[in-house]
Amino acid sequence: MSAMIELDIEKRLGDFHLEARLAAPETGITALFGRSGAGKTSIVNALAGLLKPDRGRISIGDETLFDSTRGIDLPPERRRLGYIFQEHRLFPHYSVKGNLLYGGKGAKDQDEISFDAVVALLGIENLLARRIAELSGGEKQRVAIGRALLASPRLLLMDEPLAALDAARKAEILPFIARLRDELRLPIVYVSHAMEEVVQLADTLALVDGGRIAAIGPVEELTSRIDLRPLTGRFEAGSVLRTVLRGHDATYGLSELAFPGGRLRVPHVDLPLGSVLRLRIHARDVVLANGPVTGLSIRNSFAGTVVEVSPDRGPLVDLRIDIGTAAEPVMLWARITQRALHELKLRPGSPVFTLVKTVALDRPSPGRREAETEVL
Amino acid sequence: MLTPLESEALLLSLRVGLVSVVFSLPVGLAVAWLLARRDFPGKTLLNGLIHLPLVLPPVVVGFALLVLFGRNGAAGAWLYQVFGISFAFNWKGAALASAVMAFPLMVRAMRLSLESVDRRLEAAARTLGARRARVFCTITMPLMSPGILTGSILAFARSVGEFGATITFVSNIPGETRTLPLALYALTQVPGGDQAAWRLTGISVALAMAALIASELVARRLDRRIRGAG
Repeated sequence: MSAMIELDIEKRLGDFHLEARLAAPETGITALFGRSGAGKTSIVNALAGLLKPDRGRISIGDETLFDSTRGIDLPPERRRLGYIFQEHRLFPHYSVKGNLLYGGKGAKDQDEISFDAVVALLGIENLLARRIAELSGGEKQRVAIGRALLASPRLLLMDEPLAALDAARKAEILPFIARLRDELRLPIVYVSHAMEEVVQLADTLALVDGGRIAAIGPVEELTSRIDLRPLTGRFEAGSVLRTVLRGHDATYGLSELAFPGGRLRVPHVDLPLGSVLRLRIHARDVVLANGPVTGLSIRNSFAGTVVEVSPDRGPLVDLRIDIGTAAEPVMLWARITQRALHELKLRPGSPVFTLVKTVALDRPSPGRREAETEVL
Repeated sequence: MLTPLESEALLLSLRVGLVSVVFSLPVGLAVAWLLARRDFPGKTLLNGLIHLPLVLPPVVVGFALLVLFGRNGAAGAWLYQVFGISFAFNWKGAALASAVMAFPLMVRAMRLSLESVDRRLEAAARTLGARRARVFCTITMPLMSPGILTGSILAFARSVGEFGATITFVSNIPGETRTLPLALYALTQVPGGDQAAWRLTGISVALAMAALIASELVARRLDRRIRGAG
């Protein structure tokens, strides 16, 4: 069992009452997702030691950072948590290099990531001598990430690091965050109110609502639960599948991705066999049929069972379909019209055939941008 | 160029001004920090007390200093017995009077600049492993440096021009407490002193202007630096 991030705190902030309980694995990316004002930043600030809870305890692994009953409250500088803020918070009176070295103390421990490695990882070699005012928004955020990394944290806290950036800058930074996860194996607590980012980056999802953690679990699981829809939102309704790269088909240039209960064929993925890949399948890209269909160009077709029909009113409905095995269910969302639902007589328990038009590969390789792939 | 009397008064003024600024700087910084960052009972009272010299007649301040720090005053007698320091009728007394009179200006400038320092940067520095003291020296102080400078120059200019409290506290002793304004005052009290008085006026204006221009130039540079543009 790997170490855990554990937090159980209470804090009154004016009218707002934070009462958060969280236990997340100390690996991969844990996303705190919720509306603005839900208490996400307060939770991260409490972890960092910038907000003192009224009651409770916070620990990472076997080290207690805060415990009100035992009178423990480590100051932020002793918690070794790197914090990347929404605004870059670089020091304006230092150069880029000065900022990067601020937390490094000059000492070089062997197991810690080197200055050159961080600079190369973030692609900021050419910026070192610059002043902060001379950097673009995306460059500033990359320098801020580098500065946090060089303080040798055991965990990174990221509070909506992309929120202040435009779409192009977001696309510039996202791959770097993925690289931190994949290449440095640095656990990250990632605050966001954009489900797209969460689904692309996170392994564990914690839904924050009204100062509480409403639910926590693997991203695949929480995003497929209808009861959590009010919290996860109908972002781009869809499902997240964890698959393993099982084979390549040289003749047609395809790769086979296996999940419990089936295999998906996608255009060639240049990764070693056995790689774990995360797929997103939008509900609108799933076609339903009440029997096996022939004579269609769609090759990815799976038999399944309707589990749930969303109670939403309106012309469109979302159906949750299990295409996995009895032991390991795999949930797929499909969005169809009320009329189709009625005419195909679909209800929970109905057998159904699903046809998948398009998948989005989230993790083809570290650092590469997400690719939307037609798999007709 | 300068007559012996003029250079004596000028040098004394410079010394009194510098000493009063140098000694009140750390105190001013501490008080500015208390007022800007801390809440404690009696904060309003402290704030009022510090600003009193700004609104009281300087003679009142001088008299209070005389009562407190004169050779027989409560603080004065103690300082003399323990440290052998005396403020009575010497240039150190003039520096003390100047420091007290200039203190509100210094604290005000520092406090304003400290309040404008982005505390989020300080929090960021702490998450990078810096203790409070290091954060203060490497982040807070540099970012408030224009305020520290402005406060110091203002206090210096105020010290050089101090008259009422000084003459009440330490009198008008040539070579000891006769700074520029006191020398000027003495000249206006004797017949035929007009021309010499004009010269001292010129020196005073030149000194004040030099201080203000220097502070403006340095402040502009510091400001560019802390905004990261220089």
